[in-house]
Amino acid sequence: MSEAKSPYGYRYIGSHRRTKEDPRFVTGRGRYAADIALPGLKHVALVASPHASARILSIRTDAARAAPGVYYVLTGDEFCAATDSLPIGVDAPKVTRWALAREQVRYAGEWVAAVVADSRALAEDAAELIEVEYEPLPHVTDPEQAMADDSPLVHPAHGSNIILHRHFVWGPVEDELARAEHQLTFRATWNRNATVPIETFAVAAQWNPATEILDVWASIQMPKYPDQTAKALRLPGNAVRVHFDVDVGGSYGVKRGLKHTVLVGYLAKRLGMPVRLIEDRLENMRGGDMHGPDRTFDMTAAFDSDGTIRALKIRAVDNVGAYAGRAPFQLGKPVSAICGPYRIGAITYEPVSVLTNKTPQEAVRGFGQSPTNFALERTMDHVAQFLNMDRIALRQKNLIRKDEFPYTIPSGSTYDSGDYHAVLDKALAAIDYPALVRRRDAARKAGLLAGIGISTCLEPSGGNSAFEPLLNPKNETTTWMDSCLVRVDLSGAITGIMSTSSSGQGHETLVSTVVGEILERDPAQIRVIHADSLNALPSNSPVGSRMAIMLGGAAAGAARRIKDTLIAIAAHNLECAKEDLDYRDGNVSLKGVPEKALSWDQLVEIAHRKFHQMPPDIEPGLQAKFVWEVPTGGGLPTPDGRVQIYPCYAFEAHIVYVEIDPETATPSIKQYVCGHDCGVMINPDIVHGMTYGGIAHGIGAALYEHFTYDDDGQLTSGTFMDYLLPSALEVPSILIVDHCTPSPLTTFGQKGSGEAGYLGAPAAVANAVNDALAPLGVEINTLPMSHLAIWETLSKAIRDAKSYAPKS
Amino acid sequence: MSETLYSIAVEVNGTKRVGQVSARTSLVDWLREHLNLTGTHIGCEHGICGACSIMLDGEPVRSCLMYAVQADGHSITTVEGLARPDGQLSILQDSFCETHGLQCGYCTPGMLIAAQALLDANPRPTEEQIRDAIGGNLCRCTGYQQIVDAIALAAERMAGGAA
Repeated sequence: MSEAKSPYGYRYIGSHRRTKEDPRFVTGRGRYAADIALPGLKHVALVASPHASARILSIRTDAARAAPGVYYVLTGDEFCAATDSLPIGVDAPKVTRWALAREQVRYAGEWVAAVVADSRALAEDAAELIEVEYEPLPHVTDPEQAMADDSPLVHPAHGSNIILHRHFVWGPVEDELARAEHQLTFRATWNRNATVPIETFAVAAQWNPATEILDVWASIQMPKYPDQTAKALRLPGNAVRVHFDVDVGGSYGVKRGLKHTVLVGYLAKRLGMPVRLIEDRLENMRGGDMHGPDRTFDMTAAFDSDGTIRALKIRAVDNVGAYAGRAPFQLGKPVSAICGPYRIGAITYEPVSVLTNKTPQEAVRGFGQSPTNFALERTMDHVAQFLNMDRIALRQKNLIRKDEFPYTIPSGSTYDSGDYHAVLDKALAAIDYPALVRRRDAARKAGLLAGIGISTCLEPSGGNSAFEPLLNPKNETTTWMDSCLVRVDLSGAITGIMSTSSSGQGHETLVSTVVGEILERDPAQIRVIHADSLNALPSNSPVGSRMAIMLGGAAAGAARRIKDTLIAIAAHNLECAKEDLDYRDGNVSLKGVPEKALSWDQLVEIAHRKFHQMPPDIEPGLQAKFVWEVPTGGGLPTPDGRVQIYPCYAFEAHIVYVEIDPETATPSIKQYVCGHDCGVMINPDIVHGMTYGGIAHGIGAALYEHFTYDDDGQLTSGTFMDYLLPSALEVPSILIVDHCTPSPLTTFGQKGSGEAGYLGAPAAVANAVNDALAPLGVEINTLPMSHLAIWETLSKAIRDAKSYAPKS
Repeated sequence: MSETLYSIAVEVNGTKRVGQVSARTSLVDWLREHLNLTGTHIGCEHGICGACSIMLDGEPVRSCLMYAVQADGHSITTVEGLARPDGQLSILQDSFCETHGLQCGYCTPGMLIAAQALLDANPRPTEEQIRDAIGGNLCRCTGYQQIVDAIALAAERMAGGAA
């Protein structure tokens, strides 16, 4: 195996090294939730509402109960009485939510009944025998209509369809608007998509009446999942044991099946049998509650003729669907980078979260930042177009300069570090921008529609979840720790123990690399395991691009404590001060006297077996834990909503070249370069992989992916035949250009990168398509810019101006 | 209602396996639930994502779109059958590890099957041919780049006679 040298001067960090996880996956030996074989396992099938809104008049289950292989049929009446509502993050306590509807269904696909049987097939047979009588009610799927006085209410008890509405003013916005030479206003729309992992959500649970523990195996990526499962089941937290060693088949934010887990946990306990639910694809798309932001931005920019942006006004209305957990907080993350990478001194932000009869949202990669970046980057292009100014020059003029960091934006977040101009320059050089312009112009001359798109975007990372108190003053969450336990056993082997599950981010590689770096021991020999929730240290989960920072920092902290212990043991035995010792490869020697030394093996043996050789104040054995709060700590927001949520800010500059066939309106991405700076990369292959994947996901959001609804409130893209995921034929070859501005706040200078690529790709692709359309005098500000949307825009342009002359 | 069961005999990864299956049991369910070959994954169950790809008589097929009874008398290779006889990673599997051509691993077995089928038929594929060959297998983690790199690397190594 090849191991390139670290560009940062580290021993292991930053070099090409194989991951610990890949070998088990290429041999088919991953262990996913659907692979957990429990003796006597029973299977769940679901009955889903065919109506977007309806009263449940009756549910007849007799025939299903009598069907072969059936153990139980559960409906909302029993389930909602026996369990508590799932938590809601914003201040809307009457917007209650259970896995099974009671009395009323609020979206098409909502679960109404669950059948438990010997096999999924038998459970489905029985589910078909359940007769539900509904009285259809008026429904609403459009958020503007839902805010009207005469709208049907999704949750009448709440009294309104608005569950969050704030108005933040940061800086002298009205003054700047008055002073600016120009203003422009436009609307940008980000339609519903999601990360749509190839693995649907799966959960198995088993209740042990002797120990009174509910064991849970799930494809989960969710903070506070064990606690919230226990609470909804009215169990103490120590009665739920979530096994974090389950491999998760992709998540990117959405694998948060709390409702699934409470349902399956309840059934497993009620029946005294292990029970499993694996969503089928339609259940996942329609009732899995994993859709992402569905958001309209009304943007106003105030600017001068020289391109200086003075102020922004942003109104963001998000259609959150029929229920809400953490999803409305996706309007909060963007506060932490509300002006993007630009020097803009005054901003208003009006986030509104609206309930409708669509599938509920869940957290999606970027947690609302990618839609916001799309709106910001469309704004930059609109301003450039208005001023007839070069888009790159406009960005270069407004980008925060390298010497201005740390830089505090109007909403109170301080950006840690960056060199945005250098990254953009590198990307422009890598794509040979003048040649790219010539290529575009030649393509236009040849009759194609061709466009170049640029975006310069931020990825806030490693947050403390302070968007919770920002958007709900009754919620004082500011702690968002992660932890690691490092143990050296009697044989001298090292084990790192992390306390969450992973869904492809390579955390075992992360921990072993960091621990190996600190202890100067080969990461290939370091084992990393995932604790279960009952023996886990306090941790959250791999959300918000946090693990390189938080788990990496915790693993380093624990390893440093081990190293300190080894040095203390050596000092005690060599009868010298700790400062007089050298630590190398795990061995400790007296400075300048290498023969006065204790080896790794000797030190480990003293720690484990020779108490008489131990310093008096050190515990025997050799293990250390480290629990870390985010580097900038946690503080409550100021009354005017200024807050530091994320400590670190990565930057990405995308340059995309798109050609559109004028005959078919089919867009095709021909060149793609992404300049990326996420500080020190602990494993560059992992960072690059996530960035490529984020770009592909962003291409999907820009051009293909859309949860569409018809007038009856029915999801019309519930399969992969109509919800289009980009394949290797749509995603082009991508060139990533690295740059490194270390973060001053983290252990090794790393920043987060789990959402990389996705935060800038939709904006860049959208800008490229619009550059291609610009000669026709038309534009699209709505994502996805589907083939059909481009076709309709082209057709209209050609109808409107039969003899158009291209501007350039 | 008890379902009629049918006897099948299938060569799976070089070993003859027999089973009693209902007519409606899909091939992927039989592999996973009856033979415990859980390396083959279920993604969409309507033939789009390719996570359940296996080789049937040397050709890649979707095991979610076949019934187990249809496999009677045929020969199947799953991801568990791709390694070398001594258990070492195949050149293709090793190349995926070298380029980090995967993240969560869920689409990986299907990708490996599609890639193996390509290399069996075309040992020196172009990038375009590689993308075409995996065009029916969806991945949400990688953006395909490091998968394409892995397959190109495997082809190069095979051509070079690398062990």
